[in-house]
Amino acid sequence: MHCPVTAVNQYNLNLDDRRAAYIEYPQAVPLAFAIDTDTCIGCGLCENMCIAKAVDYADKERETKVQVGSVILSSGSQGFDPSGLDFLGYGKYPNVVTSEEYERILSASGPYFGHLMRPLDREEPKSVAWLQCVGSRDANRSGNGYCSSVCCMYAIKEAMISKEHAHSELDCAIFNMDMRTFGKDYEKYYNRARYKDGVRFVKARVHTITEVPETGDLTVKYTDETGAMQEEIFSMVVLSVGLKIPETSVELAKRLGIELNQYNFVETDPLRPVESSRPGVYTCGVFQGPKDIPGSITEASAAACLAGADIAEARGKDIEKVEVPEEVDVAGQEPRIGVFVCNCGINIGGIVDVPDVQEYSGTLPYVVFTDSNLFTCSQDTQDKIKEMIIEHQLNRLVVASCSPKTHEPMFMETLEACGINKYLFEMANIRNQNSWIHSNNPDIATAKAKELVRMAVARAATLRPLNEKVVYINKRALVIGGGIAGMNASLGLARQGFNVVMVEKEAELGGFSRKLHHTIEGKDIQAYLKALISDVTAEDKIRVLTEAQIVGFEGFKGSFATQVLVNGEREKIEHGIIIVATGGDEYKPKEFLYGEDARVMTQVELTDRLEEKGAGDLSTVVMVQCVGSRNEENENCSRICCQSAIKNALHIKKLNPDAQVFVLYRDIRSYGMLEDYYTEARRQGVIFIRFDKDAPPEVESGSDGVVVTVKDHILQQNVEITADILTLSAGMTAADTDDLSGVMKLNRNPEGFFIEAHVKLRPVDMPSDGIFLCGAAHGPKLISESIAQAQAAAARAVTFLAKEAIRLSAITAKVDVDHCVKCLTCVRSCPFDVPTFNEEEKVIEINEAICHGCGVCAGVCPRQAIQLSFYEDDQLIAKIDALLEAA
Amino acid sequence: MRLEYPANVKIIRVPCTGKVDVMHLLRAVQKGADGVYCVGCLEGTCHYNEGNFRCRERVEHVRSLLEEVGLEADRVRMYNLSSGEGPTFAEYAKEMTEHIKGLGPNPLKKWVQN
Repeated sequence: MHCPVTAVNQYNLNLDDRRAAYIEYPQAVPLAFAIDTDTCIGCGLCENMCIAKAVDYADKERETKVQVGSVILSSGSQGFDPSGLDFLGYGKYPNVVTSEEYERILSASGPYFGHLMRPLDREEPKSVAWLQCVGSRDANRSGNGYCSSVCCMYAIKEAMISKEHAHSELDCAIFNMDMRTFGKDYEKYYNRARYKDGVRFVKARVHTITEVPETGDLTVKYTDETGAMQEEIFSMVVLSVGLKIPETSVELAKRLGIELNQYNFVETDPLRPVESSRPGVYTCGVFQGPKDIPGSITEASAAACLAGADIAEARGKDIEKVEVPEEVDVAGQEPRIGVFVCNCGINIGGIVDVPDVQEYSGTLPYVVFTDSNLFTCSQDTQDKIKEMIIEHQLNRLVVASCSPKTHEPMFMETLEACGINKYLFEMANIRNQNSWIHSNNPDIATAKAKELVRMAVARAATLRPLNEKVVYINKRALVIGGGIAGMNASLGLARQGFNVVMVEKEAELGGFSRKLHHTIEGKDIQAYLKALISDVTAEDKIRVLTEAQIVGFEGFKGSFATQVLVNGEREKIEHGIIIVATGGDEYKPKEFLYGEDARVMTQVELTDRLEEKGAGDLSTVVMVQCVGSRNEENENCSRICCQSAIKNALHIKKLNPDAQVFVLYRDIRSYGMLEDYYTEARRQGVIFIRFDKDAPPEVESGSDGVVVTVKDHILQQNVEITADILTLSAGMTAADTDDLSGVMKLNRNPEGFFIEAHVKLRPVDMPSDGIFLCGAAHGPKLISESIAQAQAAAARAVTFLAKEAIRLSAITAKVDVDHCVKCLTCVRSCPFDVPTFNEEEKVIEINEAICHGCGVCAGVCPRQAIQLSFYEDDQLIAKIDALLEAA
Repeated sequence: MRLEYPANVKIIRVPCTGKVDVMHLLRAVQKGADGVYCVGCLEGTCHYNEGNFRCRERVEHVRSLLEEVGLEADRVRMYNLSSGEGPTFAEYAKEMTEHIKGLGPNPLKKWVQN
């Protein structure tokens, strides 16, 4: 705040300024100030101003030796720098920005506070163009042959947000070669942008960008699909820059002796996706390969699973046990409230008249003790609070300081250490909600601080002690599904020391992968499967139940009980967590003469055919993409079919270089490193012909082969191909889990895949606690991705299983059964299906172990017969009344 | 971010706007608050799926009740923003304050007994 130095704000990509003493960004962890030594002039002002004496100018970088059992590399990526590509005009024309800069422009905490403006004149643009594949899929100019996997989605997102932010009609055009929206439900987002929000998608790679000098607008020159040169003028151009590994990561890998691939991503085996070339060193995120947030989060947990397995015996060794004294019973006692007013250095005290607020708080009802502190959160103040609680027999604590988001848990701990129930605590946020925002008006700030304290004290008096339910964790895991995902999850758990029951409905393990031969990289899937099955069966901690069916289910996180039917006998299995790995299957086509003409087959069937008979007798093979995907019936992309087609096309070319292979596609989605195989296929003469969804190829049975007719976009006319084999790239469908999802009440999307807790941030957790998800049960994915997600699910499960017991939040809903009229409104309203009607007792029951504490049921209950603990009606109303009592 | 917004805005914390009851909103108006507004997550991003939609419904209901008794419906409002949007929060606080200033004091205030 007082730093006199203005420095370029690198977080906002140099688009605005900050001080030399700064917090990097509002969500930074830890949320602490740092000094930018490059720009600091060493004036010493911050050191003098800091009352806590937290500034140390002499602080130096220190080397620390840490002894560890395993290492995870997750050093991430940086955006490709397009300065070298002069035809784009980046750095020369102010209104050409990278997608990273554009993200900051759109951000509420960005340089323009979320207002859509272009850098040159801070005018709102009328049109924005996105150029895809800048620094990706471009071995010639950028050296990066790979696809960065994320740019198509972020470009669509930026276009959609821009349209939202714009005050007038905004034209958004995305120039692309292929739109690669291959993730779960991503295609739906793409369709929404395209058909509902009017984002334009132009199939072209842009030739040059030049500025219109008078206006700062940009002329974009490109060749359209017919080969004609086109020009369009945009107010702004965004370069969708790819992901790149920074030089510092390359050096790190060198120091650690880790092998990198030709693009500097960590070299990994597709069947060991997070293991580096050096045992004990794991990797995740973009350093492993280009990927989006859910993929990175999944791999992060996978790396944690393997890193944890290496050091499983050491678990919990260095953790200190905290002794908590027995709780004092305050029921029936008159409230005795202590108020501690914090100066927060000068953050509060410099503006608010703290002694006045303290004195005022002493006049409030039930307040028997007040104090003010320089820093109420400091360790010595905690000791002082403890002394005062005991000395003055306080049974409620109010701290007037900062945000409960950051400090409530700490003060609650202080209460617990004195034997006072931690829910007898309330904070008045007189800093973030007061002194910081009214710093220009100390009188108003002091008056408001008093009001906030009055409200807090009023609520404190109404607080009741709450008991946190303790659930003892059953250390056994249940894994549903014995395919590659289920087996990897089971092994992940067993190697961390936990017992597993793995339930498979078929007689044999392996699932869908039993039908597969090789990965695109050439890995032998059957050999892998054989080794995996023998690992699983040899593992003492894993009990495998085949031909088993789940028929009954009850319980909650930490304490489930599942009924399994095996050989006609029911068995009850008690377990603490569940991993759902029910897998997927290949879509059985109804289109393109499948099942009518024996020469029409799916990619999986073609692989079998190639393994059995080779390709010597084949002169022409046609492949049709997106069969059973990206259509009305199944809106989503099946993610894996483009690489299946490329894999088989390359296989045919290898077996018979003279064979002609045509791939009829809508967008080729060979994301990440798969792009290299796409490039290789084209190099080997595989012909890729794009078609429109509305003009699909036509297929007829002929005597010499299957006759396929497709409109070629470049030639602008129909092409007729007579094929020995027509291969359909059939999409991936979810396994039939109708019965299972009914018994276990697990939610699926319309396509039958199970739903995760959060698409981006919790990709392996299911919405109910203690239940995890992996493999094709979650959505179509490659084997390598299934393995990573399975290991991730095991790691997520271990976060539960490693604990003896969990304490559940006491902030849950409670039903007053005497006043409840059983209208079932709560049953219908709960977003998590928690309230149930107990038919025997004829009452509504809310299981506190599964209640999320949102309070929706309390809000909808027409009789106010449900109260959300800690937010009870009288507690909220106490605040309202206290605020308005002087009104 | 330390963004300034009017001091007459005081925040009451709830776990989700879905917890806000018609009764709470009416209580505030009845006790003399000149305006009340609920700030929820952006529509479609509720952590509890649809709490903010429920709140919006209740706000609408309270507005119709106020109208029925001859008070300005617009003393009660609903706003939506994401937790990362400090500037928007401040903007809404200013907007609401200006708007309420335009409406003048809550006519019920003179009936409130202290």
